[in-house]
Amino acid sequence: MSEPVTALNNASETNGIAAIRELGPLGMITLRGDLSAAYLRTLTTKLTGVKFPDVRECHSEGENGLAWMSPDELLVMCSYAQANDHVARMSEALSGKHALVANVSDARAVFEVKGPHARDVIAKLAPVDLTPEGFTPGMFRRSRMAQVPAAFWMRDAETFQIICFRSVAQYMFDLLKIAAQPGSEVGHF
Amino acid sequence: MLILTCPVCGVTAEETEFHAAGEAHLKRFGPGSTDDEFESYLFMRANPKGVHFERWRHNNGCGKWFHVARDTTTLEVFTSYSAQTVSPPQEVLDLIEDRRPGWSKGSGA
Amino acid sequence: MSTRLATGGRLLNTDKPVNFAFNGKQMRGYEGDTLASALLANDQMLMGRSFKYHRPRGVVASGAEEPNGLVNLGSEGKFEPNQRVTTTEIFEGLEATSQNHWPSLEFDVGAINKHLSRFLPAGFYYKMFMYPRAAWKHVYEPIIRHSAGLGKAPKTTDVDTYEHFYAFCDVLVVGGGVAGLEAARTAGRSGAKVLLLEQTEHWGGRAPVDGGTVDGKPAAEFVDDLVAELQGMDNVQMRSRTMGAGVYDHGYVLGYERLTDHAPQKSGPRHRLWRIRAGHVITATGAIERPLSFAGNDIPGVMLAAAVRDYVVNWGVSIGDRTVVVTNNDNAYLTAIALKHAGLDVPAILDARVLPQDSMLMEQAKALGIRVMMGHAIASVKGGKRVTGVTVCSQAGEGAALEEIACDAVAMSGGWSPVVHLWSHCGGKLRWDTAQACFSPDLDNAPKGADGMGFVTPAGAASGMFPLDDVLCDAHAAADGVVTSLGFKLPKDVTAPSAERREEAPMAPVWLMPQGASVKLREKTWLDYQNDVKVSDVRLAAQEGFVSVEHAKRYTTLGMATDQGKLSNINGLATLAGALDADIPTVGTTTFRPPYHPISMASIGGEARGPVFQPIRRTPMHDWHEANGAEFEPVGQWRRPYAFKRGSESTHDAVNREVKNTRTNMGLLDASTLGKIIVKGPDAGKFLDMLYTNMMSTLKPGKCRYGLMCSENGFLIDDGVVARVDEDTWLCHTTTGGAETIHGHMEEWLQTEWWDWDVYVANVTEQYAQVAVVGPNARKCLEKLGGTDVSKDALGFMEWVDGELGGFKCRIYRISFSGELSYEIAVDASHGQAFWDALMVAGNDLGVMPYGTECLHILRAEKGFIMIGDETDGTVIPQDLGLHWALSKKKEDYLGKRAQERSHMADPTRWKLVGLETTDGSTLPDGAYAVGEGTNANGQRNMIGRVTSTYHSANLDRGIAMGLVLNGPDRMGEVIDFPGTDGKTYHARIVDPVFYDKEGEKQNV
Ligand SMILES: [Zn+2]
Repeated sequence: MSEPVTALNNASETNGIAAIRELGPLGMITLRGDLSAAYLRTLTTKLTGVKFPDVRECHSEGENGLAWMSPDELLVMCSYAQANDHVARMSEALSGKHALVANVSDARAVFEVKGPHARDVIAKLAPVDLTPEGFTPGMFRRSRMAQVPAAFWMRDAETFQIICFRSVAQYMFDLLKIAAQPGSEVGHF
Repeated sequence: MLILTCPVCGVTAEETEFHAAGEAHLKRFGPGSTDDEFESYLFMRANPKGVHFERWRHNNGCGKWFHVARDTTTLEVFTSYSAQTVSPPQEVLDLIEDRRPGWSKGSGA
Repeated sequence: MSTRLATGGRLLNTDKPVNFAFNGKQMRGYEGDTLASALLANDQMLMGRSFKYHRPRGVVASGAEEPNGLVNLGSEGKFEPNQRVTTTEIFEGLEATSQNHWPSLEFDVGAINKHLSRFLPAGFYYKMFMYPRAAWKHVYEPIIRHSAGLGKAPKTTDVDTYEHFYAFCDVLVVGGGVAGLEAARTAGRSGAKVLLLEQTEHWGGRAPVDGGTVDGKPAAEFVDDLVAELQGMDNVQMRSRTMGAGVYDHGYVLGYERLTDHAPQKSGPRHRLWRIRAGHVITATGAIERPLSFAGNDIPGVMLAAAVRDYVVNWGVSIGDRTVVVTNNDNAYLTAIALKHAGLDVPAILDARVLPQDSMLMEQAKALGIRVMMGHAIASVKGGKRVTGVTVCSQAGEGAALEEIACDAVAMSGGWSPVVHLWSHCGGKLRWDTAQACFSPDLDNAPKGADGMGFVTPAGAASGMFPLDDVLCDAHAAADGVVTSLGFKLPKDVTAPSAERREEAPMAPVWLMPQGASVKLREKTWLDYQNDVKVSDVRLAAQEGFVSVEHAKRYTTLGMATDQGKLSNINGLATLAGALDADIPTVGTTTFRPPYHPISMASIGGEARGPVFQPIRRTPMHDWHEANGAEFEPVGQWRRPYAFKRGSESTHDAVNREVKNTRTNMGLLDASTLGKIIVKGPDAGKFLDMLYTNMMSTLKPGKCRYGLMCSENGFLIDDGVVARVDEDTWLCHTTTGGAETIHGHMEEWLQTEWWDWDVYVANVTEQYAQVAVVGPNARKCLEKLGGTDVSKDALGFMEWVDGELGGFKCRIYRISFSGELSYEIAVDASHGQAFWDALMVAGNDLGVMPYGTECLHILRAEKGFIMIGDETDGTVIPQDLGLHWALSKKKEDYLGKRAQERSHMADPTRWKLVGLETTDGSTLPDGAYAVGEGTNANGQRNMIGRVTSTYHSANLDRGIAMGLVLNGPDRMGEVIDFPGTDGKTYHARIVDPVFYDKEGEKQNV
């Protein structure tokens, strides 16, 4: 089988007010089920080694992570190579339970926006309070960025990670490039 | 542009994160229903000036549906509540009564 | 003449000269100048021409309210018309040209209109151009079009960039004058998150010009200290050059930040549109001075008194050597005093009031030797392109000349109007303040927010408080009230600053000067300078029955110019009220709509231009398509190859080649865009039976079934192949445009109707790259790749299998939308391109060619397969398309079933799907209608059908079409007529819609 190729082949842009790059390929699994069930929480935290997220939270450690998507949907993150194996193990463990597990690693594109002005870049595109008090590492937000749905969270005080659909990866990259254009610091945060 | 709170994920966000889908608490009529019943289900909609119950979806967000009780003239939002209800719960009605004393469903304002 | 004074100009940096050009003439100003102050310093009083009469126009104001000083700025990619000279900061190399004149600013042919003014009264458009009817198109409209509009439209693409910015705060303060600064400080001290916007580049508003003492300090010093204090507060953000443009529902406010207008060499976006959500908005937007209505008040050199003061104090510019001040209030005396202090002559103050005793300011003026004439007015202003003098009369009379005073400037003040625009944008009501003759915010009727409480509070002059002490107290109290309502608390030691009180005599409303001005004078008395609306026009409108203020506005065009009546509205209203003999408050005001001041269209668009104008969705093979001659067509937001052109081939030829090759050899179609939705759970079968018209619960794992979906209205909304994955899992394919909609449709029913059913759905559309391998050689190609057995026996028609081909993990569906032997193969998207490449290599000896959507359409039309969006248009039910076989008779219910039983749906005269073959082999025009016997009530031919799909079939070498026709299936063989828009009538025979391989032998191999 060929090597997996991300939508933009890990394109990057570092001339602006924040550094932008496409990450991946990364493993992403949609898990729909009862997020309050102990079996589900144990299973996913064991697989990823991170704490189970509360409402609108994301816990991540390297490529592993768990993000709260909705009361019955969890995004399980892992390395790309692990995804199929994880799907198999989760499906196995959840057999007999009402749940849905699907590998969506290739359905998404992932971007990183990094630097002291990273908040500026996101706040130009998403109708979300991005003040340091309003949005902190560990929070997970599904919203829109300009005209497409997107989800993002902060890995640390200067690093955002964004997930969008693969088909609009080029649009997202172009948006981020424009929002990070040189000289466009806002100085609001 | 309104701001609404999604009762499912707790996000308070501007209208562009949501999708409005008209009157709430419609009762579905399928095969076996009379023409009048089916007509009322499919076409007849309240268009009150005042208190109204609506269906919304947090489509650029958690993706879940919910209900909103709001005033169509002042745009005051009384509350949002679960989509899994067939009529406004009592606590929602109490909240509205509090803000619009003497109000009753069907009377509009 | 207007000139630069040797002293003064608190905003100027005289060490930094700035060169600029006006109408090609090189001029010099200083850093800190506006274009207005710099032009005046260069004695350029004449700046433009009015709209209707092309009257000479000079600047009247010093800020955003300026109606006259509009210019074209920049050139080529930076060209922009209608820029206000008063809000434009000059920079090195600025180029401005005046507008609305021909051939030159100094000599304008259009000014002849002024001699015709008697024939161009209010409503002249409506009156003049009515008859004869035929003249409209050939005479009137071209003339109006030629003369309409101020400025020139840009011809080249804007080279700048623009952006949005989402901001959130507890308290938004609009206006950085002393009221705004004080409100921001008070709110800030409570710990609330505060954002303060100021439209100009300077803080403090009028206070540093108008003077006074606050907390023992001169006002200017007080402002500096306050700004410094605010800058030190972490929870307060300040933005100058940022205008609060509009207030909208639920605390939504647009801020318009001008980043590089004053410094075009700077990198970054030109404008930033702030999309602010505020817990509460404080409008500290100040007040605007009103002109007085006297004859000749539009002659260049007649200006607002406060503006004259601003030019002297802020920019060291004198408008003239001798300035007559005319007023109905004390405030204008500050101008006379400021001029005197600058060493300029003030021959007289004409004060329309008659007062029992002198006020403090009057005494000061008199002490400076200024002649104060109480009860006096201007009968008329002398001059053409420039003021040369005024004729003085009694305000109480009809304009009999008492004396003439030579002067080269007139400073007028008719009182002040609070800037209530932002308060009013979202429904704040106004009340009439009789004492100050102005509309002020009615605090009991504030705009209501999401919680039903008022979310806007005016502060300072914007709420009708004019003395400095009142302004500061009001701003402090407003902010205190606002933060308290938001749950914040002020520390105990926070008190309002206190300003020294300046006793003023009350103003007296003066709506016409002199009060009994004759018709002759009223015809020269301007209300709206830009649109040339005069007192006589408003009176005429009232006389002709336009008694509603909104009607009178549109009839006369009063307040409809680019300044939106900032100067003219109140005077116009008062004139209308006078003509109607009504009170001003009963006449009411016109509606204030955002933006407060024009903002660039590009800022509204923000980043959404060029490549990111809208999202374009790309499949994993998009780049390959682009590199291999694909001509794309939009399908929703997707771009799909329409056809792959080779060399100099035409698109039509490419399509024909693809169509033939796919039926004789093989073709590849990028089918990645088709929606793929997993439906899983104990109740999934039951759920799908409700969603599809046919039975999906009985489908066996490993099998596929074509399904139809209808809305509750009974109309077809989507179709596609459903595959059963295992006991409780199905995979539903949707149309290209349908993935998100159908996914949403499923979630809606699951969440809002059948929430007790155990079903989960997941949209996995983009997880897969899907390729249709189609044609007689399809199987050979897959066998060449090697792997999973795809033979007839191993993988029958309408079966699927998970497997591996050429080393690619994949899911193979044996389905066909072309009638050919066909496989659709899904691989993970990140291997999509590699898999496509492998197929191209494997198919090389087998005649493989990629094909596009047009070929797909022709192949399906040859087989009579329907296409959602062609055969359906939101009014078509499956029964219309002869799809009865897909409607389960066994099911009690499915979405749309009840609707399909409605009388209109069951009507036998509904048009039905048939095939159409032109008698001469030509191709029917798309969308053509068939005409029958007789005419309808409108005298039009009766319609009996329409074309839904039509193509040239290269395989059959003729035109083929499908259409919906009245009683179609019962009229096989009949020829019906389709008049084309090309004047030709097409004759087509009604035939079976399956044109090719009627027995379906080709796909069953
Ligand atoms: Zn939500």
